[in-house]
Amino acid sequence: MQVPEAEQLIATLAEAMRPRVTADTCLVGIHTGGVWLAERLHALLGLSQPLGSIDVSFYRDDYSTKGLHPQPQGSKIPFDVEDAHIVIVDDVLYTGRTTRAALNELFDYGRPARVDLAVLIDRGGRELPVGASFCALTLPAPLPAGQNLQLERDASGALTMRLIHA
Amino acid sequence: MNIHIQNGRLIDPANKIDAPHDLFIADGKIVGVGSAPAGFSAAKTIDASGLVVAPGLIDLAARLREPGFEYKATLESEMDAAMAGGVTSLAIPPDTDPVLDEPGLVEMLCYRAKKLNRAHVYPVGALTIGLKGEQLSEMAELVEAGCVAFSQANTPILDTRVLSRAMLYAATFGFRIWLQPIDPYLARGGVAHDGEVASRLGLPGLPASAEIIALYTYLRLARQTGARLHITRVSCAESLDLIEQARKDGVDVSCDVAAHHLHLCDMDIGYFNPHCHVIPPLRNQRDRIALSKALADGRINAICSDHTPVDDDAKQAPFSESEPGTTGLELLLPLTLKWAAEHKLPLIDALARVTSEAAKIAGIAKGGHLSVGARADICIFDPDCHQQITRGMLKSQGKNTPFLGLELPGRVRCTLVEGTVMYEA
Amino acid sequence: MRNPQLNKHGELQHLLTLDGLPRAIITQILDTAAPFTEVAEREVKKLPLLRGKSVFNLFFENSTRTRTTFEIAAKRLSADVINLNVATSSTKKGETLLDTVDNLCAMHADMFVVRHESSGAPHLIAQHLENTGRDHIHVVNAGDGRHAHPTQGLLDMYTIRHYKKEFHNLTVAIVGDVLHSRVARSQIAALTTLGVPEVRVIGPRTLLPTDVEKMGVRYCATMEEGLKDVDVVMMLRLQNERMNGALLPSPQEFFKVWGLTAEKLALAKPDAIVMHPGPMNRGVEIDSAVADGNQAVILPQVTFGIAVRMAVMSMLGSH
Repeated sequence: MQVPEAEQLIATLAEAMRPRVTADTCLVGIHTGGVWLAERLHALLGLSQPLGSIDVSFYRDDYSTKGLHPQPQGSKIPFDVEDAHIVIVDDVLYTGRTTRAALNELFDYGRPARVDLAVLIDRGGRELPVGASFCALTLPAPLPAGQNLQLERDASGALTMRLIHA
Repeated sequence: MNIHIQNGRLIDPANKIDAPHDLFIADGKIVGVGSAPAGFSAAKTIDASGLVVAPGLIDLAARLREPGFEYKATLESEMDAAMAGGVTSLAIPPDTDPVLDEPGLVEMLCYRAKKLNRAHVYPVGALTIGLKGEQLSEMAELVEAGCVAFSQANTPILDTRVLSRAMLYAATFGFRIWLQPIDPYLARGGVAHDGEVASRLGLPGLPASAEIIALYTYLRLARQTGARLHITRVSCAESLDLIEQARKDGVDVSCDVAAHHLHLCDMDIGYFNPHCHVIPPLRNQRDRIALSKALADGRINAICSDHTPVDDDAKQAPFSESEPGTTGLELLLPLTLKWAAEHKLPLIDALARVTSEAAKIAGIAKGGHLSVGARADICIFDPDCHQQITRGMLKSQGKNTPFLGLELPGRVRCTLVEGTVMYEA
Repeated sequence: MRNPQLNKHGELQHLLTLDGLPRAIITQILDTAAPFTEVAEREVKKLPLLRGKSVFNLFFENSTRTRTTFEIAAKRLSADVINLNVATSSTKKGETLLDTVDNLCAMHADMFVVRHESSGAPHLIAQHLENTGRDHIHVVNAGDGRHAHPTQGLLDMYTIRHYKKEFHNLTVAIVGDVLHSRVARSQIAALTTLGVPEVRVIGPRTLLPTDVEKMGVRYCATMEEGLKDVDVVMMLRLQNERMNGALLPSPQEFFKVWGLTAEKLALAKPDAIVMHPGPMNRGVEIDSAVADGNQAVILPQVTFGIAVRMAVMSMLGSH
């Protein structure tokens, strides 16, 4: 497949979100690709609330089979979750399990008024009833199981999409 | 029964024989070595091809747990172990319950053992009543009842004046005193050799000085009183120097080492293996090497098993709470052979340490040798066959040995006591 | 001999001692603890990692402090916690240690946190679990005799890393009763494994283990010699029992010679940190002014202790 241009997708995603966010909307990026993406969106959308990040390592549902991730990053939620409008940001939406874990973790901080999900790419292959509120590109056909799409950042801060064969 | 043991390699350290001689037995005694006596006709023939024919082993310390500790082991089970180990005579320490300080008790023990008709039993009487270190026991009566020597087992006499007098009294008769050198104050609370390993494992240490200082006291008192001493279970290199010096000063002193001390040191405690909890403790590698060498050149006279069966519950506890002791009757021969191989010592010299030399120490004239007229106590073994030590193959009720899972050389094929086959494999 | 703390894949199966624990695993525990410190800041201080698992606190030696921190750590991981204060005397009367363990396994324990007065007790339990095929049950040593207190050693390392960042350029002094201290043994093992170039022990020779230098430390008889230019001062608790048995004449003399006062602390580097495993004997091993002073990091140690224990338990519970 032809790997899509990340910068273009980011611009598309920002425009899709613009009518539906306010200055008080809180962005929470999921490590690691989602965090970089959230930083960009935060700047593009001119949001005032500080950026949050989530490491879902402690909420994953495969802990008993795969164990702990060797380098958990920890989560930072520097705003009050109670009654907030939160947008979870991730680079790729796949099975939906990461989103579920992020929601669980978020709700341990408090009760938001509303939660949306913003992703660059929806690659299909859902295993849970989860959907993106904002999505820049939905793949016409699901990616084969052995392949992964992943957001990467180079030294200058430029973001690109990469196709990885596991 | 007339028995002819043929084709074996006869090794008799007492008579300095290592040759392919046949052995002839009648009425429980040896009647011919090399050639049959006139008119001898065998009712049973034992083919000892490829095997060593040696005197039955003499173990200077074997706890049979009777009287008093029958839940740990019984005379029957431990006699089975002795037979399987080729041990035909054993000396019993006095720390039974009740203590062997009463002639009646000693007689009963001897009677029980005789009835079982297996290994010969040589009780070592308590030096003081109850082993309490206060009052002398009736040594003359106890010898008459069957005791071969006197000892305090692992409970040293605190009062040096009592010890001195006990030695003087025994010296009157020429009785031997077997002592385990322990200074109770320095030793208090210690469960492992006080050194690097115990420090790292956080185990209370039992310093070498506890043995050395007590040993010096005993040897000095023996010099003064003329007592005949036997030092049991030497564990420190420095102790050997003290004993040599005492011998030069004219003290009549012999000593033995426990078989496990020849092969193990404190490092073998590993991750708190309670099978390595023994008294005296496993010392360090330098001590082990010194003991092994001293046994080879004769400064140490004999090896014993220090057989102490301990039930599983008492062993499977945190190290310092576990009961000390190791089972050993069936390992005496293999551990002796393994030690001999390390020093490339001829079999005849190695076997002396568990036959003729042990007999001398215990004052056993009728055993430990294969002279014509001697008791037909015989151990026939395969020196080249290796055995893996497992709980299942041990006949002793005590399965507590640090050698579990290891392969050791030597396999007893046949044990005879007074001319009767007691064990065959 | 395989390290009984690691399973066939080299992963942590039990935490029994820091002595012989690979450096990579110690570092992994410290790295895993870092994100756990944030959990305490949240409203819902819970993570679901050990949900449905039963953690049995098997304390043969009384300790409300340590038991409580383990309980908090386990509960923050959503585990069910059962506390068993087994007085040693009742065990001696009846059940053996292993019988007690077997009974608790029958109650579906997933993890044992064990404190015992005899060195080697947790090892015995771990060995027994392996012998009886119970690979899914893990043992955490909460202190055994004089031997080890691995979670204390780990939280002390976490504390040092938090304030000093690196280990390879530090001088650390441990002061007090090293002979009887499981905390000291764990600290020494961790410091040497993590590459601290100089570890000193300071105290009277009666409170020093035999051959202590073989553990990789340098002995200093006085504070003047031992505290010079150190980066970290780790104080040990002095127990009253040490006054009996001819080990020490009096707490007053101990304090005079080895007590940490501001004056003695001035010998260390100006940014040196002061640590203590607690509970402190003010006026015996440490002056109140120092204990409450700005170089003391004793309270943060407690906080870090919960995160470190959470890290250990979640690493164990993950297979």
